[in-house]
Amino acid sequence: MHNLTLRAGLSAGIGLLATSATAQQVEIEYWQYIFDTRVQAMDQLIENFEAANPDISVTQTTFPYADYQTRVVAANLAGQGPDVVQLFYGWTDNFVRGELIQPLDPEVFPHDEIEAEFFPIVSAMKRGDDYYGLPTAVRSLALFYNKDLFEAAGLDPDSPPETLDELVEYGRATIQRDGGGNMTSAGMALGNAGQDHQWWREVLIRQFGGQPYSDDGLGVAYNDAAGIAATEFQSTLYGDDGIGEIGFMDEPQAAFRAGLAAMTIDGTFRLGAFGEIDSFDWGVTELPANADGMRSNYASYFANAIGARAEGAELEAAERFLQYITSQEAMAIWLDVVGELPARRDAALTDANLADPVYAPFLAGLDYAHTTVFVDEIAQRQVALDMETRIVLQDQPIDEAVAQAAEEEQAILDAFYEDQ
Amino acid sequence: MASTLTDARPLRRGRVWDHFSITTKRVIWAWAFLALPVVFYGVIRFYPTFQAFNLSFTDWDLLRPAQYIGFENYRTLLADPEFWQVFGNTFAYLVIGTPISLVISFVVAYHLDQVRFMHAFLRALYFLPFLTTAAAMAWVWRWFYQPVPIGIINSALSGAGLPTQPFLRSTEQALPAIMATAVWAGLGFQVIIFMAGLRAIPTTFYEAARIDGLGAWAILRKITLPLLKPTTVFLVVFSSIGFLRIFDQVYNMTTNDPGGPLNSTKPLVLMIYQTAFSSFDMGYAAAQTVALFTILLLVSLLQLWVLRAK
Amino acid sequence: MTALTDPARVLTTGPRIRPGRVLTWTLLLIGGVVMVTPLLFMFSTSLKTAGQVYDLRLIPAAPTVANYVEVLSDGRFLRWFLNSMFVAVTVTLSNVFFDSMVGYTLAKFTFRGRYFVFIAILSTLMIPTEMLVIPWYLMSAQFGWIDTYWGIMFPGMMTAFGTFLMKQFFETVPDDFLEAARIDGLNEFTIWWKIAMPLVAPALSALAIFTFLGNWTAFFWPLIVTNSADRYTLPVGLSSFAVEQSIQWEMIMTGAALATVPTLIVFLVLQRYIVRGVMLAGLKG
Repeated sequence: MHNLTLRAGLSAGIGLLATSATAQQVEIEYWQYIFDTRVQAMDQLIENFEAANPDISVTQTTFPYADYQTRVVAANLAGQGPDVVQLFYGWTDNFVRGELIQPLDPEVFPHDEIEAEFFPIVSAMKRGDDYYGLPTAVRSLALFYNKDLFEAAGLDPDSPPETLDELVEYGRATIQRDGGGNMTSAGMALGNAGQDHQWWREVLIRQFGGQPYSDDGLGVAYNDAAGIAATEFQSTLYGDDGIGEIGFMDEPQAAFRAGLAAMTIDGTFRLGAFGEIDSFDWGVTELPANADGMRSNYASYFANAIGARAEGAELEAAERFLQYITSQEAMAIWLDVVGELPARRDAALTDANLADPVYAPFLAGLDYAHTTVFVDEIAQRQVALDMETRIVLQDQPIDEAVAQAAEEEQAILDAFYEDQ
Repeated sequence: MASTLTDARPLRRGRVWDHFSITTKRVIWAWAFLALPVVFYGVIRFYPTFQAFNLSFTDWDLLRPAQYIGFENYRTLLADPEFWQVFGNTFAYLVIGTPISLVISFVVAYHLDQVRFMHAFLRALYFLPFLTTAAAMAWVWRWFYQPVPIGIINSALSGAGLPTQPFLRSTEQALPAIMATAVWAGLGFQVIIFMAGLRAIPTTFYEAARIDGLGAWAILRKITLPLLKPTTVFLVVFSSIGFLRIFDQVYNMTTNDPGGPLNSTKPLVLMIYQTAFSSFDMGYAAAQTVALFTILLLVSLLQLWVLRAK
Repeated sequence: MTALTDPARVLTTGPRIRPGRVLTWTLLLIGGVVMVTPLLFMFSTSLKTAGQVYDLRLIPAAPTVANYVEVLSDGRFLRWFLNSMFVAVTVTLSNVFFDSMVGYTLAKFTFRGRYFVFIAILSTLMIPTEMLVIPWYLMSAQFGWIDTYWGIMFPGMMTAFGTFLMKQFFETVPDDFLEAARIDGLNEFTIWWKIAMPLVAPALSALAIFTFLGNWTAFFWPLIVTNSADRYTLPVGLSSFAVEQSIQWEMIMTGAALATVPTLIVFLVLQRYIVRGVMLAGLKG
């Protein structure tokens, strides 16, 4: 009976709100999460799009990142919902399963073009024969470093660390402590609460000879010698004789931006915020290689999809809007305002970008990057975070910490795939 | 009841209305006054209460239609180690927070009550935090608890040559650190209530006691505290419920690792929030709210029984 | 913090200066200063630049209002402030009206079912709001109340606490007053509104203060039911603003100061009434 009430309520809600749009002016709604530069970039794109398509008007609605998924689901429940919606690639399964988004029409978005023109990681948006969304931009990681602190420590500000060993060496040279032994400036601002869990999962584990997940993606594969070695290495960075402390300045990026960390690992999306730094010079370099020169990176993206409720004129308008925001022009604007790399090869791999000291390391990283197939990004991040916390605060032996993390993450994967 | 209202209005000036006895008219008036509130309490309080119980027996996740799964959610809950940790945390907030805040506020109120010089000013100092927004002040406290060089408390410790403390970055200290914020914010209210209670005690009791030759300590124990019991009972119940429902401070002070580190600060309400509004596991979250309800009920009843008037 | 008790002092009155008394006063002052320290530092840091944040002195070396200019420039805080004001005032008016109407009816009318209604309303005090948020959320989703002012307000439009409080006070109003009005031919609504209500004015202001404070600082439900920044109340807006600032403490402190200081000033001016209201509500409630 309850089941019935729910459904009755839902259809009532849908009926109320699905009133027809005006004949002349089509209004569509675009949703994304709040991130200052992303919102600005989208405002600019909407302005351009509306100028070119006077018959369509686009409204942008934004939500805090933490609640974003819930908001989309709730709006759907209320019979509302966006026409074009941004979603993290790792949420695709949930969005498809909840019937929040619809597949892209291959007539409008031909598959061979998508596959030829976009970076291959776009395949994570494909379910069966359908693409469910396209990204404007992709993101990768790199090592940011504070040139002023390098110089103060007698290091060459133009030759940042190339390998993991050098990373530690540079960190030792730049860390500062007061008389009481309290760290006052970090060699490296770190912590899985920031981006380090991605670095651990897709970069360090591979560099130590392992792989994070089994080839079919169903199993956790880091509970082995390589995974333990990678975790061991990471734990020395924040250990007693390390180059940083977890929780310093609350967040790694805050420490770096305050000029209190010589290095930190972060993503392209941070370029906008770090661009406002005027108290010191900073540079970017590729994530350090291992002793054999092997590098890895973690790439991810937010895709734009068409909401399940868009139909008729709105669907057509939504398709046109999606085409525009995934065009080369839009990608150039996005790169300029947000700092995220274009998702199309042609737009990304321009001579200017490849020569740019800031973009080049990220683009290089994109070349050998891996993309984690998250089933529950928040929960899987929490597993990595808890592992680190147990090592730092509870002195849990590394092998036990890794084993426990693997067990917890496997449970998350199992619960998800059982449900399918 | 609703029909009484609609009937009453057109009849009021008509003949039928005049035929009613005064008593009947007053009854009709009473129900007219109550009509809207009765609907409100029915729809906004009672129906949702039953719905919460009802949902707790389903697997509803916002995405797919709900199905009844019996006591499955409760079985999961009782077998979930996180629930028991959260349960323990919730009680830790209560068991540490309530006595500490009551003792401090009583001592302050007891002395403040006797101070005349700049009384209003002193009272204002204690009362001000109660008027702040918990969500805003949580961020101020979070900043206080930072490590050097940014955290005030640690900088002071370090300056005094004392070892710095991890506070929020510690599984042992984080909960008391967050609790202190809540104690701080609630203290002013309790001081005011205690002072009101103290003033309500007739001075004749004190005079009689003094004539009997009782010392001040004896007066405190034999007169003040017993006569203050209704106030104390009220504050114990009120502040216990507050601590059992703590959320604003924890949510804002641990945004990077909600309820962390390692769930050591997570209270039941935050778990409910995460289950319902991050994982969309509405059925399971509903079962957790039923657990919260049960705990609140038992704690209130227990306290009223322990502190019952003899 | 002031655990010293001087037994001899309990009964003394009058302004005689005694060493014990001076000590108590000083300790109370120190405790009070500790209480407001977070507020002082919040305010002080909001006047510092990013570079001065590490200078932990209370008085900023070169105070600046630049943070305020930046935070206020996009108008969001003003919007949140007005949202909070609208929500808190509306809910307060609703409570003052309905809670006293119900309290009055339950105190002054005799009819079958009175006791039942009273117990039913009172019993809702046992239900924590956390238990109701999921059904409320579902209800809001179905009726399109999510992200609306009504959505924020509807759960608190009447409260059992207020009803109980007002019933207690109306019971102290002598029946003769109301009977006299009835003989004068006033109808029951007018009797309640014009005769009975003014007699419980102190209780009404206590209820108003309590309801306003509660809604002004409310966080949990507004956090759940609001979606867009346009609908946030001040606490929710502040929380999302603080996260968005990525730990720029001077900006966060500016936001926190904006969220607390204006109302603190108003509250401070009205302190006497608020304290009296809290005492009244606390003792009777």
